Amino acid sequence: MMSVRNRFIFALVFSLPLLVNMVGMPFGFMLPGGAWSQFGLTSAIMAVAAWPFLQSAWASFRHHHANMDTLVAIGTVTAYLYSVYALLTKRAVFFESAAFVITFILLGQYLETRMKASASSAVEKLVDLQAKDAEVIRHGQSVRIPLAEVQVGDVIRVRPGQKIAVDGEIIEGSSTVDESMVTGESMPVLKKTGDKVIGATMNSKGSFLFKASKVGDDTLLAQIVAMVKKAQTSHAPIQKTVDKIADIFVPVVLIAAIATFAIWYVFLGASAVTALLFAVSVVIIACPCALGIATPTALMVGTGRSAKLGILIKNGEVLEAANTVKTIVFDKTGTITEGQPKVTDIVGDAPAVLRNAASLEAASEHPLAAAVLAKAKAAKIAVEPVRDFQAVAGQGVTGQVKGQAAFIGNAKLLTTPLPPKLAQAMADLQQAAKTVVIVGVAGKAIGLIAIQDAPKASSATAMAALKQQGLRTVMLTGDNQRVAQAVADQVGIDEVIADVLPGDKAAAVAKLQQTAPVAFVGDGINDAPALTTADVGIAMGSGTDIAIESGGIVLVKNDLMDVVTALTLAKKTFNRIRLNLFWAFIYNTLGIPVAAGVFAALGLVLSPELAGLGMALSSLSVVASSLLLNTTKLGQRAKGLPIGQKTMA
Amino acid sequence: MTQIMVLIGAVGLIGFIVWWFFGKHTTATTTAKVQNATQAAEVVVSGGYSPETVVLKQGVPAELTFLRKDPSTCLDHVVFPDMGINDFLPQDQAHTIAIDTTKPGNYEFACGMNMFHGQLIIK
Repeated sequence: MMSVRNRFIFALVFSLPLLVNMVGMPFGFMLPGGAWSQFGLTSAIMAVAAWPFLQSAWASFRHHHANMDTLVAIGTVTAYLYSVYALLTKRAVFFESAAFVITFILLGQYLETRMKASASSAVEKLVDLQAKDAEVIRHGQSVRIPLAEVQVGDVIRVRPGQKIAVDGEIIEGSSTVDESMVTGESMPVLKKTGDKVIGATMNSKGSFLFKASKVGDDTLLAQIVAMVKKAQTSHAPIQKTVDKIADIFVPVVLIAAIATFAIWYVFLGASAVTALLFAVSVVIIACPCALGIATPTALMVGTGRSAKLGILIKNGEVLEAANTVKTIVFDKTGTITEGQPKVTDIVGDAPAVLRNAASLEAASEHPLAAAVLAKAKAAKIAVEPVRDFQAVAGQGVTGQVKGQAAFIGNAKLLTTPLPPKLAQAMADLQQAAKTVVIVGVAGKAIGLIAIQDAPKASSATAMAALKQQGLRTVMLTGDNQRVAQAVADQVGIDEVIADVLPGDKAAAVAKLQQTAPVAFVGDGINDAPALTTADVGIAMGSGTDIAIESGGIVLVKNDLMDVVTALTLAKKTFNRIRLNLFWAFIYNTLGIPVAAGVFAALGLVLSPELAGLGMALSSLSVVASSLLLNTTKLGQRAKGLPIGQKTMA
Repeated sequence: MTQIMVLIGAVGLIGFIVWWFFGKHTTATTTAKVQNATQAAEVVVSGGYSPETVVLKQGVPAELTFLRKDPSTCLDHVVFPDMGINDFLPQDQAHTIAIDTTKPGNYEFACGMNMFHGQLIIK
């Protein structure tokens, strides 16, 4: 079987003499053998280059289907058979129409295949990032084994300049690692014992040992590949209409062509040749190729490019939804802020407050717990065992420390009101955008711990950029109004919804949805319901598997500027799909009447070979337009100093 | 006279096209054969998919083999949008795709341009 490329070359070589003949005709030049050589050359093209079109058209026909091959086959066979009849009855022939149409269409298909291959290369490039093997320490010996044999728990040695094979945690040594290929983060990241490394990233100068935690399909890269693949094969809702049209398009075009012939021949008294040429042009110009590839190619390039930046867009539906978003809601902790709070102040008897707090928090998974424990460790305060430990959602934790009922949390855990002195201290600390937790024993406060979670460096810049895009920014948090408002003021957020219990986040999003489509940005398991409720869920920092599942857009990096980039890219891609569809529709809706000779009175007609060229160009322009998405500017991605960031005491 | 004949011919041809392409025509359905705890089915790609509907048993690992006989570039890819599969089908060579049968339901598959359709039923 000949490739499209060879078929094109064959058709080109055999149609060149026909071209010379056509151009030379006005000057009295004719091919030796005249119409009979034209017949020979065209027959060769029909038999070799065009044969697959005929084969496929016939196969579809038997299945009651019609495709673009049906149109090409009917158009060219009609022109060819009529010319044979004309040759035998000594009339004017138009073999070259059939030959040129085949040549142009094959050229279009050849270029289109090449371009489509480069549009879909993103996934292969991601898979190629994978390391081929790994140096594993087994029974005290280091052995090099293929990647597929690496198991969870294996200790792997990474030498300078080597690729990290799988996901894991460093157990010895340190180095800087270039993670740009997976996360899009351009700066190398310092990794030391206890830090997580990502498979397929590149180690620079140091060397280290790490323990494999995820292998095979569980690695971050494998999950990214799977997600990009799904996104690229998904359909944008806008395409559904197109699909419906495509289903009935070809038969409708055939009917239009027959009607064209009948009207010209029967009612307008045109000659059979003229009428036939109009009909053939209609069949050729109408190939719905451009329409068919308008969405998939743009989707492929758009999602492929975003994946390279560490932004994973789940499917075409998300892409389309991102385009309608008017309100963008952020979770505070870990999204707008660093998510790694530190203890800044302790009010009351510091050792006692810290001991009770640290003991209770030792068993807690609350993000603030880490800060308290870190502080206790630094102050060399030992953690006591806790009995009857209980986490009360939205309030805090309680338990028995040294036989006393202790608690750490907010005012809801108090049985007696806060003393005025502590209340004043609390208000002061909260004014300074600090989270204050009350530590108490037997329902009575013994002191306060102030914890601060500073906004990320990029938060303010990101908010400014989002506002510039005309979006309303909202912050959703379980913290109290004052703390939340202080952070909001620092980064420039329009609206704050504070004191929201984790379980109520989804409801808060749903409420905002009543006015306009909402995007929700968050991480953490608590956010999963809100991520799914929102029109567009943006999960940050690769976070947890659940976040990846529920997010429509997943940001591998923990940088808010990527929210801006993601939305910009989604909009650009969707606009490109719309533009492609618009041109493809215009092309077909305008092309068909022109080809049918509606404007013949104005001297505007389309010969079958021009129709063939136009058809080839239309699909090419759509693919080229999609590929242009690879080079569109995405606005500023520089990480300047955030605007309006205040120094915090 | 010729003109009336042409007109009648044209109307007849249009009628035929409408009946042939838009009329109700039965499509073939195959249920995959279960053998040694796996199931397999073959789909021939030639001017469409035969059969157009493949029925798979839920929970049994399945393999679908596509054999593309059609030279058209229209049919050179098969896409399962819900499963993230977008595979190239080499002409005249069997191409096997492993199907995840854990979730029951109806799954569409189509050619790269979404013009030819087939259906996968997992139950």
